Amino acid sequence: MDTSHHDGYEHTAVSTHREGFPWKDIIGLVLSLALTFTSLHIVLTHALPIGALITAIVVLAVFQLFVQLFLFMHLTEKTGTRSNIGAMAFGLFVAFTIVAGSIWIMAFNSSSS
Amino acid sequence: MLPRYFYNFSTFMSMFPHNYLIYGADVSIVGATALIIFVLTYFKKWKWLWDNWITTVDHKRIGIMYILAAFAMFFRGGTDGLLMRTQLALPNLHFLSAQHYDEIFTTHGTIMILFMAMPMLIGLINVAVPLQIGARDVAFPYLNAISFWTFFFGAMLFNISFVFGGSPDAGWTSYAPLSELQFDPGPGENYYLLGLQLAGIGTIATGVNFLVTILKMRAPGMTLMKMPQFTWATLITSIIIIFAFPVLTVALALLTIDRLAGAHFFTIAAGGMPMMWVNLFWIWGHPEVYIVILPAFGILSDVISTFSGKKIFGYTAMVVSLAAIAALSFTVWVHHFFTMGAGAAVNSFFGVSTMLIAIPTGVKIFNWLFTMYRGRIRFTTPMLWALAFIPTFVVGGMTGVMLAVAPADYQYHNSYFLVSHFHYVLIGGTVFGAFAGIYYWWPKMFGHKLNERLGRWHVGTFVLFFNMTFFPMYIVGLMGMTRRMYTYPSGLGWTALNLIETIGAFGQGASMMIMAVNIVRSIKFGERDVTGDIWDGRTLEWSTTSPAAEYNFSVLPQVTSVDEWWEEKKRGVVRPDHATFKPIHMPNNSGWPFLIGLSFFIAGFGLVFNWWLSAIVGALGIITFLFLRSFDYNTDHYIPVDEVKRVEAAAGR
Ligand code: HEM
Ligand SMILES: [Cu+2]
Repeated sequence: MDTSHHDGYEHTAVSTHREGFPWKDIIGLVLSLALTFTSLHIVLTHALPIGALITAIVVLAVFQLFVQLFLFMHLTEKTGTRSNIGAMAFGLFVAFTIVAGSIWIMAFNSSSS
Repeated sequence: MLPRYFYNFSTFMSMFPHNYLIYGADVSIVGATALIIFVLTYFKKWKWLWDNWITTVDHKRIGIMYILAAFAMFFRGGTDGLLMRTQLALPNLHFLSAQHYDEIFTTHGTIMILFMAMPMLIGLINVAVPLQIGARDVAFPYLNAISFWTFFFGAMLFNISFVFGGSPDAGWTSYAPLSELQFDPGPGENYYLLGLQLAGIGTIATGVNFLVTILKMRAPGMTLMKMPQFTWATLITSIIIIFAFPVLTVALALLTIDRLAGAHFFTIAAGGMPMMWVNLFWIWGHPEVYIVILPAFGILSDVISTFSGKKIFGYTAMVVSLAAIAALSFTVWVHHFFTMGAGAAVNSFFGVSTMLIAIPTGVKIFNWLFTMYRGRIRFTTPMLWALAFIPTFVVGGMTGVMLAVAPADYQYHNSYFLVSHFHYVLIGGTVFGAFAGIYYWWPKMFGHKLNERLGRWHVGTFVLFFNMTFFPMYIVGLMGMTRRMYTYPSGLGWTALNLIETIGAFGQGASMMIMAVNIVRSIKFGERDVTGDIWDGRTLEWSTTSPAAEYNFSVLPQVTSVDEWWEEKKRGVVRPDHATFKPIHMPNNSGWPFLIGLSFFIAGFGLVFNWWLSAIVGALGIITFLFLRSFDYNTDHYIPVDEVKRVEAAAGR
């Protein structure tokens, strides 16, 4: 993340080096695959009645969201908190608009011709 | 009454069943490919091509490749357009069959928006933004190459459809259930789904890349509110890309699963919901039209300010209106399907939110006018494109507001009035803006200017023929002609207008030939840019050489104001002292992005035909190359001070 001049060189690209074994990322990968295949499995096998099925998928999806945010997107790391908040706010705005809007739009009873 | 020979013309054309056109296209593709291979081999250029272009991670070269590909796609999409206009020149022609006409309007629309407009702008962004912010490359140069090659192979996958197996034919909007297997068997729609999916990977990566580049890699001192307007437009566009494109990714994936794995997301049977496709498509689709207009706005701001010799009027208002447009662009999508009939409340809400967008857009228009007001205007070719943009875009925007009146849209919807609206904004806006950028940054890309005289002819004829083609469409649309009809009867009063449109369309084609001549001629005769600042520019890209060295800036600039370069020139330019040079850290070229793109292509091609072997081979290729890359430790190098000195001295600095 630097264009600074330490060590006498001028760096160009954003540095992507982090120390240590990427445990977080590996746990995240396993979890996100598990969550994905669980939802696929319960749908393909009709493991639950329809209402419960949809609830289960939504719950799994929210878990997935947290996995992405905390394990891959490093939401908890200190740097760039302000832009993080901005990005989250805009993300919530877009998500809300899309989900609420779609429900509103698709709930029509063909009232007009 | 039309003269007799027109009718003879129509019987003459009807002797060509559409297959001959396809054979003709096939022959020319094979011919062109053979020619390219021959030239490369004969002049021993294969290694040159691989070392300098295919493996490059240099944003300037990647930008040029984007622009080249976009021009090729412009040619393909333009040919589609001319074929359609030929078919519609007169009533009851049989130049194209209904099926072939459907295929052509589908490929025309998809190619023009996704494979022409977007890459043309992304190309200009690549060329200009890192230079404008005083950076040495983008944040993730390797990812940038992946973006290009996934776009490129996505476009190729889409384009080979008519040679192998047939083109998609359900429109660029690909509405379900028409685009489902039941109503549209065959590989055509699969090409659409997989080609777009592949190119979309590249687009999302580009969005991320430029967001990070602009946030993290600005030269010291360049605060956000000191960035050039084009950079601002790119930042906002990147944000829209990041939030809008995943919706397309999901929609395409669901429809692909429907078609390849027999699911029912958008079918009528088994509880599917065709309307959901329409909904998802436009959740992406409306932001998409802003993705292709905001960079053009940014170009316009920079060009107008440069050639008026003034700072942009209302800098902050320009930034705020960009942000407002971005936020609003996610709240208006229903205006594309008012006629679905979601009810009065829904339609009113989305009608009003749509009209709101006209406010920040109007702010921008007025600020451009005020920037020119009392300026010392230089009527260069980029400026002429900008001047042509403003009134044309206003016509497009105003008809957009007319379409946003939901009850009235029940009349306009899917008529030629709509077709004219989006061509006024997409050609009059995006294309005029992109051409302004192409003429403006040409010297920065290639070290010489395009000829101004030919440039003026290009602008003049193009604007004339553009209006000749598309203005009558408003009228014929109000007369009841609907979009996507492949022929029409005589006696409706549509004939003369359609004929004028067709003549205009060929005029635009001829006008583009002027540009082609200009490009070729200028290689030899174009005015050389020896100073790096041939337009007397205002922003940092004009402070370095044309074309810029691999490392862009020998020493990173120190920024204190908006229009930094202009201020420096007023203070008296001080070139960096060679004694202050340091070794410059740069990324290495890499062949993996090309190979990853190729693997995606092979996988995609396999999926198109349910040919699983090819799909698996491609997928394994992708994984293998990603794996190999992660063990690639030799990813960057330092340019020694001596070499920087040599390059700078050669440029007279
Ligand atoms: C003030 C600005 C604008 C307004 C109010 C507006 C409004 C609309 C409305 C209401 C429609 C749907 C009409 C119908 O289907 O019956 C529409 C279609 C369209 N607009 Fe705009 N628009 C605006 C600007 C733009 C811009 C800047 C672009 C692109 C650069 C654009 C591109 C399109 C396209 C491509 C379609 C048609 C898509 C299709 O059905 O294939 N519009 N516009
Ligand atoms: Cu729209």
